[in-house]
Amino acid sequence: MPPKTDTTAEPTPGAGGHSPPTREMFYSEALNEALRLEMERDERVIVIGEDIAEHGGAFQVTAGLLDRFGPTRIRQTPISEIGIVGAAVGAALTGLRPIVELMYVDFSGLAMDQVVNQAAQNRFMFGGQARVPMVLRTQGGSGRGNAAQHSKSLEAWFAHVAGLKLVMPATPADAKGLLTAAIRDDNPVIFLEHKLLYRTKGAVPEGEHVVPLGQADIKREGTDLTIVTWSREVLFALEAAGRLAELGIAAEVVDVRTLVPLDKGALLASVRKTHRLLVVHEAIKRAGYGAEIAAMIAEEAFDELDAPPKRLAGLDTPIPYAQHLEKSVVPQVEDIVAAAKELVG
Amino acid sequence: MTIDRATALDLYRVMRTIRSFEERSTQLFGENKIWGTIHSYAGEEAIAAGVCAHLRDDDWITSTHRGHGHCIAKGADLGKMFAELLGRETGYCRGRGGSMHIADTSKGNLGANGIVGGGIPIATGAALTAQQLGTDQVAVSFFGDGAANQGTFHESLNLAAIWKLPVIYVCENNQYAESLPVKRAFAVENIAVRASGYGMPGVRVDGRDVRAVHEAAREAVARARSGKGPTLLVADSYRHEGHYYGDPRKYQTKDEIEGWRKRFDPIADARAWIVADRLAGVADLDAIDLSVVGEIDRAVAWAEEGPPASPIKLPDDVYAT
Repeated sequence: MPPKTDTTAEPTPGAGGHSPPTREMFYSEALNEALRLEMERDERVIVIGEDIAEHGGAFQVTAGLLDRFGPTRIRQTPISEIGIVGAAVGAALTGLRPIVELMYVDFSGLAMDQVVNQAAQNRFMFGGQARVPMVLRTQGGSGRGNAAQHSKSLEAWFAHVAGLKLVMPATPADAKGLLTAAIRDDNPVIFLEHKLLYRTKGAVPEGEHVVPLGQADIKREGTDLTIVTWSREVLFALEAAGRLAELGIAAEVVDVRTLVPLDKGALLASVRKTHRLLVVHEAIKRAGYGAEIAAMIAEEAFDELDAPPKRLAGLDTPIPYAQHLEKSVVPQVEDIVAAAKELVG
Repeated sequence: MTIDRATALDLYRVMRTIRSFEERSTQLFGENKIWGTIHSYAGEEAIAAGVCAHLRDDDWITSTHRGHGHCIAKGADLGKMFAELLGRETGYCRGRGGSMHIADTSKGNLGANGIVGGGIPIATGAALTAQQLGTDQVAVSFFGDGAANQGTFHESLNLAAIWKLPVIYVCENNQYAESLPVKRAFAVENIAVRASGYGMPGVRVDGRDVRAVHEAAREAVARARSGKGPTLLVADSYRHEGHYYGDPRKYQTKDEIEGWRKRFDPIADARAWIVADRLAGVADLDAIDLSVVGEIDRAVAWAEEGPPASPIKLPDDVYAT
């Protein structure tokens, strides 16, 4: 579906009249708008991937772009993940700014050599001679009954590779602003969307909107504990914070937005205020990125903590199919409420 | 096929430079001045020389773990190459890459590659850039027979064919993927037949004869430059040394190694036909040899004067700012 254009623009509340007007739109539409604006701004930006042309992408993120930019800039490919990603690496090394769409993060294994051994390391291996300005957009996460090969959360894979940046937006506004920043970045950026966020709505600034990489966002302020999270779990954490407020617990929800580089300063500042840390993510707990955050806080702010850092994360299993099973392996709102109560209590 | 004196001597000089570079690298390795691993291109010089003769500085190549020859043929500075092998700050990659990752982006060399088949999609992407920006640049991917059995080969050749990308895939069949002979790795005798499955020309040449490589590459490069699409060029060759320096070569017999080395030497062949065709005399060729050795000596001396690569700014090279 093409981006909606008929919604009434409204200013951001309480912004003193300086903020640009915003428009309510779906997360997928916000991404589409970022792609369109950046492609209009810079002819070196191209999109390459499967089913991105007439079909508009498996999640409709590239809808309408074929008509606007034509088949060479909306470069639809056969099903050839490593060929696509490798071509993007070569194109990025030689002057284009390609954006790859991989349909599912679960398919990244097929392309991983080009991500890990080539894109991430070219600049370093070549002693600084090269730049690899590319974005690898893909989506992960459970919640749609797609089962084990189409539902994983694999951010820890990418976070462990030197040379990549890693972005996981939770809201439509961040999706637009972070994708814009990712496209303009001169490094390979892994941009992980969540399949259940595409149809969530929010106010998105009109026109150019850049959210710099490496800045966390406090989505809700609080004083009793810090909930650090990203992607779809941000929405769960906000809902949990609402319920916790009814119980007299003020939870601060910090959306890291960019896992690499990580905004350590914002996380540390929040923990210094609340003295309690709960990290929540959908990916499995073992060696998940939550461990990195918990360890970082323990190393750098141990004396500030009134309780051990706590991780709430996916079970160490593949994602099962049946709806009730699928829900049972990733943190739900009530799990966050319970973990927060335990941490504060 | 005819070839003029200037071209013949240029090709000879490039081949001789590659051979001398490999001989000196091997010596430096034996003296423990180079560490890690190096892979000699000796025996395969005609391929890099014959293909790169048709390339401009702004054309791109991707290379392999056996990449010194491609790097030299694309116009690299020998001093900076040796400096890299010696781990100096003055090396192409300031000691971060070493033999398997030498790149020279100023000459369009997008790097040697430690992953077999890793450069094939990257060259394809470079060709995509040329097509997208409407330039007449071309890209060449050098890779071995081993890489022709990687998935990147299949995916990339198909993409290049459906998009008519200006890229030349140069498969250097040196008879072994590490220790596995091609006879046990391919059910077809001629790797070039695979091209028809992608809808592109497949050309097989004698990789010992630099004239044959030069001629075939001329056509493939012209085809790519004029927008007619990719070519698979398969050059039959033989590597004189083992897979890497120090390879015990248990998978080969002494007779085979010595026999092939004598039979298969593109440089000795070139000397013979250059003289027979009266393009130059033995003395001219000897003078080139001497001049190349002098150049290598000066390059090594320059490299050895360079300071060791500094660890201080290592993290700064991870991300572009």
